Amino acid sequence: MSNLQLPSYLEQSEDVRDRFARMKKRPVTLNVKGLNKEFNTPQGKVTALKNINFETYKREFVCVIGPSGCGKSTLIRILAGLESPSSGSVLLDGKEVHGPGPDRGMVFQGYTLFPWLTVKKNVMFGLEMSGHGNTSSEEEALQWIDLVGLSKFANSYPHQLSGGMKQRVAIARALANRPRILLMDEPFGALDAQTRAKMQNYLMEIWQNIDVTILFITHDLDEAIYLADRILVLKAHPGEVQEVIEVPVPQPRHPDQLLSPEFLATKKRLEELIHPPAKEEDITSDHLNMVRMVRVDDEVESVF
Amino acid sequence: MLADMFAARKTVSGNQRIVLSIMSFVIPLVIWALVSYVPFIWHPQVKITSPGDVSYLTEGMQLERDLFNKEVENMRQESKAAPEGIRVNPIYFPAPHEVGAALYKAFVTPPQRRNEQWLHESLWDSIQVIFWGFFISSLFGVPLGILAGTYDVFSKLFEPFIEFFRYLPAPAFGALAVAILGIHDAPKIAIIFIGTFFQQVLVISNTTRKLDPSLLEAAMTLGAKKLSLLFRVVVPGIITHLFKDLRILLGWAWTYLIVAELIGTSSGITWFITQQARYKNFENVYAAIMIIGFIGLTTDLFLAWLGRRIFPWEKGTAKA
Repeated sequence: MSNLQLPSYLEQSEDVRDRFARMKKRPVTLNVKGLNKEFNTPQGKVTALKNINFETYKREFVCVIGPSGCGKSTLIRILAGLESPSSGSVLLDGKEVHGPGPDRGMVFQGYTLFPWLTVKKNVMFGLEMSGHGNTSSEEEALQWIDLVGLSKFANSYPHQLSGGMKQRVAIARALANRPRILLMDEPFGALDAQTRAKMQNYLMEIWQNIDVTILFITHDLDEAIYLADRILVLKAHPGEVQEVIEVPVPQPRHPDQLLSPEFLATKKRLEELIHPPAKEEDITSDHLNMVRMVRVDDEVESVF
Repeated sequence: MLADMFAARKTVSGNQRIVLSIMSFVIPLVIWALVSYVPFIWHPQVKITSPGDVSYLTEGMQLERDLFNKEVENMRQESKAAPEGIRVNPIYFPAPHEVGAALYKAFVTPPQRRNEQWLHESLWDSIQVIFWGFFISSLFGVPLGILAGTYDVFSKLFEPFIEFFRYLPAPAFGALAVAILGIHDAPKIAIIFIGTFFQQVLVISNTTRKLDPSLLEAAMTLGAKKLSLLFRVVVPGIITHLFKDLRILLGWAWTYLIVAELIGTSSGITWFITQQARYKNFENVYAAIMIIGFIGLTTDLFLAWLGRRIFPWEKGTAKA
C-alpha cells in the first residue's frame, strides 16, 4: 500500500466538504465534556480515559476506533450510563444525563437478547417499560421487526436465530424505543465476514431512513471508514482522543468505494495512528524463537 | 464403533441412549439375581431341611456354613444321623422374586392391628410431610435466594448466618421440634424445612448470581428500573435453572424424610419399614425402600417433562 500514490486523507471533494459544512450546522445531539475515568485496581490507579471531548451532530454516524486497551468500551458504557465517569459530563440534546435510560439505545457485541422472550416480545420489552399498552407496543414492535426483515421470525425464540439475525433483533429492539442516539459496542465483532458485510449495509440503510444518531465502536478499520461520517481515533494508556478524522469518502456509501483512493488514503492514516511504526527492539521481540524442525530429507524441503 | 461410544463429551445416539438407560437398571438386577439364585457365589448360610441327630437344630433354621459343616462332621464321627440342608443367603438378603411378591402383597395386605395403616395410607402420609416441608421452605427460600443473588446488601446480610446454620444437622433439632411443635406431623415438617431451607437459599442465590449481567445492562438501556429488572429480567432469566435446582432440592428433602418420621410418633413409610423390620419381613423392607425410589424418580421425570412444557425456550438457553 505504501507504494501507491495516494491523496491525503485531508483532501475532500467539493460535495464532501459541502456536506460536512452542512452537517456541522445541525444541532448537537451528544456532547462529551472533559470526561475522565479512573479505575482502582490492586496495582494502583489506572487512568482509562483522560480528558475526552467531542460532539456528534444530529443524524451523524460516528465510529470510535483505537488499539485494544484504549478504553473505547469504557467510553460507550459511560455514554450508556452503565458506568459513571470520574469527572466530566455527558450532555444529550444539551441536558446532562445520569444512569442508563431509553433515550440512549445500546447494541452489545454479545446480542443480549432475552432468551425467554420471542423476537416480538424482545422488541416489545422497551416499549412496555416506557408504559406503552400491550396492543400499541405489539403493533409498533411488528413494524420494527418488519423493518429489519424478520417478520417470519416474530414468534421464534432467540436460540432459533443465526448470529446476524439476532443482532438485527437487537437493533430493532434498541430502535423501537426511539432513542436520540444508538450506541453500538462492536456489534458485528462476532459475525463472519460475509454476514458482517451484509449487516453493515443493513445498518447504513436503517440509518439513512431513521431519525437517529449512531456512535459505533469497532476495531476493524475498513468497517469504520465504510460506515462513518467521522472517525474518533483513540490512543491507549491513557485513553485520549488522538484525532477526529472526517472521512473523505462520499455518501451514500457503496462496496465499490472500498478500493477508492479516498478510502485507501483514510485507511493508511488510520494504520499510522493505530499501528505506529515499531521501534527496533519491538521488531526483534516480535519474532518467535524458531529453529528448523523439518527433516532435511523431507518431501517438502521448503514451503517457498 | 466401540471407540465412538467412549468419545469424551459426545452424546450417544437415540437408540443407544434407550438401551443404556434400560441397562442401568438391568445390570444391578442381574447382579442381584445372580447372587440370589446361583449358590456358589455367596450363600454363606445353610437352611436345615432335616436336623438329623443334632439336638438344637430344627427344620427351617438357618446357620453359618462353617458351623453346619462342623456339626455334620461331629455326627459322622459319632455315627449318628447327620443334618441335611441347602445353601441359602441370609434372611436380610431376599431374592428378587420375594421382593417382587412383597411389592404386590404390601399393598393388598390389610394392617395387622386396627389402629395401623395400609401401606398406601402410610405413603400418602409421607408424601404430605415432604410436600409441606418443601413447600414452606420454598415459600421463603426462593424469594430470599433471589434477593440475595440480586442485591449484594441482602447477600451480605443473610448469607453468613445461613452458611453457619446449614452445618447444623437437621435431625439434631428433633427433640426441640417435638417439644415445641408436638408429636404429630408438625415437627417432621419442621425437620424437612430445616434440612432444605438453608441449602435452598444458598443454591438459589448462587444460581441467581450466574445470570448474565449484560442482560441486566441491556434491560437498563431499554428503560427497565428496579422492580421491573427483578421481575421482568432476573426472575425469568433464572427460572429454568431455578426449576432444576428445586428438582435436586426435592431429592434432598426425601433424604431427610426417614429421620423426620422417626421423630415423635413414628409415621408414614418409615413406620412401615421399622415395623416390617421388627417382624423380620425384610422383603417388605426392601419393597418399601424401592417404592420411595420409584416415587422420587417418577416425580423427577414428571417435573422434567413439565419443565420442557412450560419453558419452551429452554432447549437453547445455553447458546442464546
